[in-house]
Amino acid sequence: MNKLKKYGAILRIRFNAGIQYRAAALAGMATQFAWGFFSITLYQAFYRGNPQAFPMTFQALVSYMWLRQAFFSLFSTWNTEGQILNAITDGGIAYELARPIGIYPMWFMRHFSARISATLLRAIPLLIVTAFIPAPYGLSLPANPAAFVGFLVTLLLGALVTAAYMMLIYVITVFTMQPQGVRMAFNAFSELLSGSLIPIPFFPPALARILELTPFAAMSNVPYRVYSGDLAGAAAWQAVGLQVFWLIALVALGAILLRQALRRTVIQGG
Amino acid sequence: MRLFCKYLKIHLKSQMQYRISFLLITMTQFIVAFSSLASVFFLMNRFHEVNGFTFQEVLLCFASILMAFSLSECFARGFDRFNTVISNGTFDRIMVRPRNIILQVLGSQIEFSRLGRLVQAIIVFCYAIPACGVVWTPDKILLLTLMVLSGVVVFSGLFIIHAALCFFTTEGLEFINIFTDGGREVGSYPISIYGDAIMKIFTYVVPLSLVQYYPFLYLTDRSSNPWLFALPLIACLFLIPCLLLWRFGVRHYRSTGS
Repeated sequence: MNKLKKYGAILRIRFNAGIQYRAAALAGMATQFAWGFFSITLYQAFYRGNPQAFPMTFQALVSYMWLRQAFFSLFSTWNTEGQILNAITDGGIAYELARPIGIYPMWFMRHFSARISATLLRAIPLLIVTAFIPAPYGLSLPANPAAFVGFLVTLLLGALVTAAYMMLIYVITVFTMQPQGVRMAFNAFSELLSGSLIPIPFFPPALARILELTPFAAMSNVPYRVYSGDLAGAAAWQAVGLQVFWLIALVALGAILLRQALRRTVIQGG
Repeated sequence: MRLFCKYLKIHLKSQMQYRISFLLITMTQFIVAFSSLASVFFLMNRFHEVNGFTFQEVLLCFASILMAFSLSECFARGFDRFNTVISNGTFDRIMVRPRNIILQVLGSQIEFSRLGRLVQAIIVFCYAIPACGVVWTPDKILLLTLMVLSGVVVFSGLFIIHAALCFFTTEGLEFINIFTDGGREVGSYPISIYGDAIMKIFTYVVPLSLVQYYPFLYLTDRSSNPWLFALPLIACLFLIPCLLLWRFGVRHYRSTGS
């Protein structure tokens, strides 16, 4: 109980800091909206030319795009917590180690709550606005009540997987002391492979089948497709199973590596 | 101009001090740009053509915009990062020097690692120029060069607007990305395929289609109107309102005092 309270406090502090920048949030929303609009019109051009080659319904694609824009901050693999990276490189990690709370769960919570606060602020207005755009360009309702519940569950799981993946950046930084390169490389890979540039069903079929098994597909790919019913039944259950598997695997990997790293850490006074 | 060359040399030297880091960043830049190339490839591979444009023709558009973008990003980076110059007070120092302000801001940051994208654009050009089925006559080569050069001007104009707005807000405003990064992404395909609304925005607000789509019609023999040569030059006029906004901003500049 006591422990939960500590995590709750971390979440609250981060959230309050996040909602201070309302103008930035507004500008961000405009950007998200424009990107969604660009993508949808692009796919529409492809859809008009050859609807048979479209691997999902156009409606499902439009929902996919708007959800992607709305939950951008939750799944973005670019945003890292500057505080944590600074603590690692400037030696503030000494204080972190002194706190009466495990360092992996603390960083995880801090990183995760920064994402949630950024998302809550941006997602809700965007979802409301896009729901009012007339069909077929607007966000449609979930395929059925079960799909909606599935969406919420997989959204949470996917966000946790993304956070666990991002934790590896901090852990590697403890070894290398140079966050930029790792950060860029991690982002470059996941952006393409997680389907945030083009949805995974649009990849060549053989490649898509392999990708479905990777942690990248366990991020945003699952919830966005469950929402519109594009991913349902046994395939959806399999995807949930993979999400749970990757979440456990990535957390375990991160925690073990971090313990290794900290064993070697020497705090150099100052 | 001599001063600018000096800036260039200084930045090149300082970035070459960290050679491995430089190479790594250039490489990741390349990978990042590669993902957008891959998505164009995957989509064209699935659908074969879009609005009658073939994969190779799309690549020609893709490379010309990417090249323009990467060049202007490399050199106009100082404007992109301008909010830090304002908020930490460095701009006061720039103001008191007896040299052109724009030149100094341009010279304040030149990131050669951004050329990772440029390398990619060159590779794509090497493939697309022979493969797109265009018969390359001198006028078409000239037009392609014009497309890239005036593209650099348009993107630089956008970076200048971005910087000029910092005079009023101190923070950088994310929404200009709609036109910079957004313009780059939209420009990956002939802009007409996005439909009327977006085409109008990228013609009358930000003249990106003048440097990409219309000259492209001439290149691929879809039109033989010689006036299309004038369009990239007209697009360069976009720089005038950008510079006016910049001047207006400089005049209204109040130091943050830090």
